[in-house]
Amino acid sequence: MADRAWVIRGADTYIARDNGGAVANIALFATEAGAVLVDAGPSLRYGQALAKLARELTGEPVARVYLTHLHPDHTYGDAAFAPGTIAATPALAAELKREGPGFSDGMYRILGDWMRGTELHMPGHAVTAERETLGGRSFRLLALSGHSASDLAVLDERTGTLVAGDLVFHDRAPTTPHADLPKWRAALDTLKGLSHRRVVPGHGPLDPTPAAAIDQTRDWLDWLEGALTAAVRDGLDMVDAGLMPIPDRFARLKVARYELQRSVAHLYPALEAREWPRVDGR
Amino acid sequence: MKRIAAALALAAPSAAVAGPFPADPLNSPMWEFVADKYLGEGAAVRFDPRVKVTFPEVAENQRVFPVQVDARGIADVARVMILIDLNPIQLPIDYRLGDAEAFVSTRVKLDQRTPVRGLVQLKDGTWLASGGWIDAAGGGCSAPPVSRVKGDWAQHLGEVRGRLWSGASGARVQLAFRHPMDTGLVDNIAIYHIDDLRLTAADGRMLGEVKMQAAVAEDPVLALMPRTRPGEAVRFAGRDTNGVEFAGTLEAGGGAVASR
Repeated sequence: MADRAWVIRGADTYIARDNGGAVANIALFATEAGAVLVDAGPSLRYGQALAKLARELTGEPVARVYLTHLHPDHTYGDAAFAPGTIAATPALAAELKREGPGFSDGMYRILGDWMRGTELHMPGHAVTAERETLGGRSFRLLALSGHSASDLAVLDERTGTLVAGDLVFHDRAPTTPHADLPKWRAALDTLKGLSHRRVVPGHGPLDPTPAAAIDQTRDWLDWLEGALTAAVRDGLDMVDAGLMPIPDRFARLKVARYELQRSVAHLYPALEAREWPRVDGR
Repeated sequence: MKRIAAALALAAPSAAVAGPFPADPLNSPMWEFVADKYLGEGAAVRFDPRVKVTFPEVAENQRVFPVQVDARGIADVARVMILIDLNPIQLPIDYRLGDAEAFVSTRVKLDQRTPVRGLVQLKDGTWLASGGWIDAAGGGCSAPPVSRVKGDWAQHLGEVRGRLWSGASGARVQLAFRHPMDTGLVDNIAIYHIDDLRLTAADGRMLGEVKMQAAVAEDPVLALMPRTRPGEAVRFAGRDTNGVEFAGTLEAGGGAVASR
């Protein structure tokens, strides 16, 4: 990307056997104290490949792995790293302890042998400061939420590269299994206000501009919430809602229909409970 | 010659094949069994794509999987069933139509990768079938309901939300019940589910009767399309397997139902 900074691109689709779960983007930065990774990928095997690549590119072993959020396509590769190098906010560490291992059945079911030997490591380094400096390179650390209950964004101040985790998607439809849409919007406002040059989204191509991917993510979330609310009010069921037209401006977004149907599953029951009156006379 | 041999093989009685049912386009290992059990021995059935069975491409939540059966393109439909071959509980919905269009939509539990079918019985007794396979993680029927884990199911039992939409394209009723819909397959929690639901019009006209099993998702949601007259309210009355009754009225005026 820039001065001793790289992005390792994931496939812009969903977790599947033919991609080994390598769907999330990983960022890599060289420092004089060792390589810094943001996120670790889906499996032990992926994490090991990442460690090897980091050494080849930077000439140094991995000194730190920042985890952005709990989803297994970002975290399970931390199995390849020593707990002391794995960094997360206390909120994320608590979530990983509570919910992290629970993703394992699903990951093994979909990915099979790709997952062999993968055991999620709990982070040994607590991210509590707003900035951490390693080997002359400083990273601004933003503890946010909205895509999940705790999302970390990392800004490499040397190059102005914002690694946004899954708070930002680019040309790939956002996912909502643990989303809180008002908090997500607030997080996007925060990110947009930073003085960064480019954005590494959690999924999808690097955005060489400060705002395009952030704006696109927000546009999708706004449309999604409005469209699903209207669908509930108009009497559409979940099947109908999953088949509603997707506006042309989202034609660039990969797996848009798939994610719309997932989001219907995540968000529809709460909207029905909000929008439909009680009719039981109690 | 080969063709003749094949025809003879099809015509010959076979101990391995129980019924005279047509070959299943979904190649389900359970087709003969479920057809025999739910349609009845010797029932006349044919596969017909006019029975539109629609569901999402991914089972995001195997405990809450939306399924819609729309057979409005077929005349003289008396009954619509949703059948899930490879579930331990296979028949979530058995709907006998009154004055209503042949349409039902709900959410079901999936216990593994399985065929999901819509089965439509005509007034002459014959059946039409359609459906597809859906992949699902295991355990939709054998994981405890969310409200059992939270412990608040009893506080909300009997709450019903819903609306009645009516317009040129017909009317639609949506009902959402708070109910754990226990399958009997979890720990020591006995089977407990909404059993029976009737919809009637203001003048007493029967609009439809739905038998539910515990393969309907927790907090069941049901959409039906009764033939109501302008301004006409719909009354629902149901009962669960412990005899708890659910009843209420949906007033007209929820607006026109949108068509997708």
